[in-house]
This record gives sequence, C-alpha cells and structure tokens, in this order.
Amino acid sequence: MCICILYLNVLSRISGSQATEVKVSEVEFNPNFVSRMIPKLEWSALVQAADGLGHLQDLPTELIADYEANEDFLRKVHRVLLEVEVLEGCLQCPESGREFPITRGVPNMLLNEEEA
Amino acid sequence: MKLKELESCLQQVDTFEEPKILLEQYPTSPHIAACMLYTIHNTFDDVEGKLVADLGCGCGVLSIGAAMLDAGLCVGFDIDDNALEIFKRNTEEFELTNIDLIQSDISSLSSDAYAKKFDTVIMNPPFGTKHNQGMDMQFLKTALTMATTAVYSLHKTSTRDHIQKKASDWGVNMKVIAELRYDLPASYKFHKKKSVSVSFDKL
Repeated sequence: MCICILYLNVLSRISGSQATEVKVSEVEFNPNFVSRMIPKLEWSALVQAADGLGHLQDLPTELIADYEANEDFLRKVHRVLLEVEVLEGCLQCPESGREFPITRGVPNMLLNEEEA
Repeated sequence: MKLKELESCLQQVDTFEEPKILLEQYPTSPHIAACMLYTIHNTFDDVEGKLVADLGCGCGVLSIGAAMLDAGLCVGFDIDDNALEIFKRNTEEFELTNIDLIQSDISSLSSDAYAKKFDTVIMNPPFGTKHNQGMDMQFLKTALTMATTAVYSLHKTSTRDHIQKKASDWGVNMKVIAELRYDLPASYKFHKKKSVSVSFDKL
C-alpha cells in the first residue's frame, strides 16, 4: 500500500523495522493531486515513515511554503507518497500500540472480536 | 474514453468465485458501473485527479473504472479476504497503479478515521438483510463523513423516501441521478429495483 494512505488514517504509523518488503514503482505524476494531498497529511509523520523505509532521499524534513507552484518539491512528495509501496510489514497505532499487518500490499485493519 | 469502451473494459474484470451470501456479495454489473462512473466523471467531474474511496469494493469493478477514468488515487475498502485477493489480481492485470486496497469493516470504522480525507466516495453498498438491517444506511453515514465533495451510491428504489429523510436529518442534499433495473441472481431476489442517488455536503 502507498504511504499516503497510512497518513490519511490517524491511527496508523509505520516504522522501517516493521516493513520487510518495500517496492518502488512508477506512477504518473499529477501535481494538482499531490498538492491537494499535502494538507491532509501530517508532514513529520510522513518524513519519519519515509526515513524508516529507507526512502527519505531528498525529501525536505520541513514542509516548504508555497509548495503548490514548486514542481520539484511536488515530484519529491509524489515519489514518497505514491511510488513507494509497502508490500509486507505492519502499521502500528501510536496510542494503543496495536499492530495491523500488511500482506501483499493490503493492510488488514480488522479488529479482533475481543477488541471491536 | 467513451462509455462503450469503459463498459467493455469492465467486462474483463474478474468477479467473485464463491460469493458469500451473508456479505451480500455480487458484482456490480459492468453496464451499471460504467454508466454510473461515466456520469460522475463527465457531468460532475468528481473522478479525474481526485482522491476516491470505494466502500464495500468487492472485486473492484467501481474502483477499476474510476482508475481508468484517471482518478488521482482510488482506495477500495472491503472486509473479505477473497474479494480483495481477486481485486488485487484485477489491478495487476489491468496494470493500474492508482489503486490501493484496505481490508476493514466499514460498519465499525470510527467516525473520524478518514473524516474529510476523500474528495469523492463511490459505492454499491450491501442493503442489509434480516441479519444486518440498515447496513446501507451505515455505509452511507460513514461515506458522508469521509467525502468532502460528494457520495455516489446505489440503493433500492423502495428505500428512496427513507434515504431522503435521513439525508435531510443529516443536513445533506440528496439527488437521484438515475433509476436502473438490476437483475440479480435468485439468491438475492429480495432486491428488485435500484436507483442511483447522490448526496452533496451542503456548503
């Protein structure tokens, strides 16, 4: 699953040690789409995840101002958001510590019967 | 892409191998999916470049259609392993990179899990049988928290008034876009007609 989905769900965090298989693929770049995704994300968490997965590269650790018009920056965000995929690993809820496995790119967010 | 082309592509989507009746699994027909998506895209411009959610995505007919119409990213949510596996296979066969899948139970998502994160929600939700009545309304309610622009959903014609009332209770506009005849396998014979409706958030 792409990293960006993790950050849409406030309950999820992923750390490098928990991702055992990561894939990078080519996805068509849509600057408007990336630009509109940015306000929905928690920037520091995104940076941390990318770093943990070993894919931080040159992504700025602070969100820059006026990013909408900055194609260079948007391309960096696009790469991390849409092209880096976790195939095997897990998400961890930062509050409860509960872990949700990711298998073949699909995270399983189902709660066990006891927890629901 | 023309409507006929879209419908023709969606006919290639693999569907449930062993549909689970308790989950009300049946594929959205390529014709209905294509018409629905075509309208959402051409009339309302709510697909291309947008972040779209497909609740109860099953094998992914609606998501795949949305991805083909150049959604920015389409995220499918479903509870069932088997359905998601088939969906995954479909995305690989169609070589679509703008689709993501999440295994979850829509009826137990917390209300702020994805609040206002998606531009558009599209869905063909379960209607609810005597075992899980009101499932369609649960899906609708959740969908409305997730979408910032609109929710497009298929419902039984017989529930139209009820949905209209709920919509006004919830402070959203509801509009019927089309009425379609839906022939389902005999095991689902309590589903007769369906209509497409849309809910907008009031500004």
